[in-house]
Amino acid sequence: MNVISDAFVWLNDPLNWTNPDGILARTREHLEISAAAVALACLVAWPLGILLGHARRGGGVVVAVANLGRAIPTLALLTIFPLTAIGFGYPPIILALAIFAVPPLLANAYLGIREVDRDVRDAARGMGLSPRQVIARVEIPLAVPYLAGGFRTAAVQVVATATLAAFVNGGGLGMIISRGFGLGLVSGGGQIIAGALVVIALCLALEGLLAVAERLVTPRHLRRPGRRTNTPMDEPIAAPADA
Amino acid sequence: MLPVAGWTAPLTEAPPNPWFSWNYVRQNIDSLTTALGEHIALTLSSVAVATAIGVPLAVVAARVRWLSGPILGLSGVLYTIPSLALFALLGPMLGLTFQTVLVGLVMYALLMVVRNALTGLQQVPAEVRDAARGMGYGRLGLLWRIELPLALPGIITGIRVATVSTVALVTVGTLVGFGGFGTIILTGFNNNYYRAQIMAGTIGCLALALAFDVLLAGLGRLVTPWARR
Repeated sequence: MNVISDAFVWLNDPLNWTNPDGILARTREHLEISAAAVALACLVAWPLGILLGHARRGGGVVVAVANLGRAIPTLALLTIFPLTAIGFGYPPIILALAIFAVPPLLANAYLGIREVDRDVRDAARGMGLSPRQVIARVEIPLAVPYLAGGFRTAAVQVVATATLAAFVNGGGLGMIISRGFGLGLVSGGGQIIAGALVVIALCLALEGLLAVAERLVTPRHLRRPGRRTNTPMDEPIAAPADA
Repeated sequence: MLPVAGWTAPLTEAPPNPWFSWNYVRQNIDSLTTALGEHIALTLSSVAVATAIGVPLAVVAARVRWLSGPILGLSGVLYTIPSLALFALLGPMLGLTFQTVLVGLVMYALLMVVRNALTGLQQVPAEVRDAARGMGYGRLGLLWRIELPLALPGIITGIRVATVSTVALVTVGTLVGFGGFGTIILTGFNNNYYRAQIMAGTIGCLALALAFDVLLAGLGRLVTPWARR
């Protein structure tokens, strides 16, 4: 197909990589925005999920947050936030992306802590550990597989969703696609497809990388045989990475 | 000069840009209903196609064990691809049409329908299958009378999740020119940051997702009367 060969011609031009507006600069911008969003979401979701899981209550809240997160269009938050007191620039985009990263982080932190065996917690308390110590030395280490799984889901989702920032001229790799649409399908078709391929490659690479990282941080005795990429919380309710 | 009723702000100040305005809704009721129609059409048709393909696919995957790995693996890869990239990939190839958006939406909905239907089918207890076989059910009878009814809650969950996510996902279709309320939101943003329009599109999306969810929950209760206690 013609547009496909156009895409490879576009990708073959070194200037399209090294431009200030090129793939390298945009990838860097994309990853910086994503990293900030994931960090912000972890800062909010993990403590909350851990506390709720420790108290073994609030499961309804966690499910409600997950459902609401699925129903809100990213486009809505991306267009609303810049018009509030937050103002234009990177902060509204980072905040919007962080909001969509909260549900998987929260759900998995909650589930991971809640699933810790009651006997183990009792034993820890019997050994004289304070509630704080139980959380820090028993529950969190045992919840690492869940925390890592949630992190992976959230990170991949944020990097995928960050593409949408181009709708509001917010930077990132989506800009390559939106610039292509600006040129029109005839002359920009190749660039559109090339941009899409770069974004897809980045997401798949990150997914693979985090899958390896998830395995590395999970102690051998906590690895469940046959447990694949998904943690129980997102297995039956899997949704596309961005919406 | 006589003060004009209702106009107190001096002319130098920016015109008001409220977050919600009935005036906007009244004056643009036509474009809003068009967007609503497009949004509903895209959601319903993609979920319907995804269900029609996805449930048989799940049945096959549940029967032929070695197929379930590739089917789930493929859906996992698809899950990672950003919707905007998918539409950007399909757009130049298939043209900027309703069908292009539909193809993209079906792919995502398919993944959710297949996963949940497969989980539902796999959770049918082996003893139940044995008992049914002992009572003389053939393969088709077993599937139709025993396995599918028992997997129905899982299938309905899949359709519900797919529908709610699709309502949100349709907005991204505005990239290809068919985004329902997404087009309302984005043109509002590009049209001097018209807040009332952005908010109207957002509220439309959320209300539609909620309405579909409630409807499907009711439908689920209706078709699984035995699950009620």
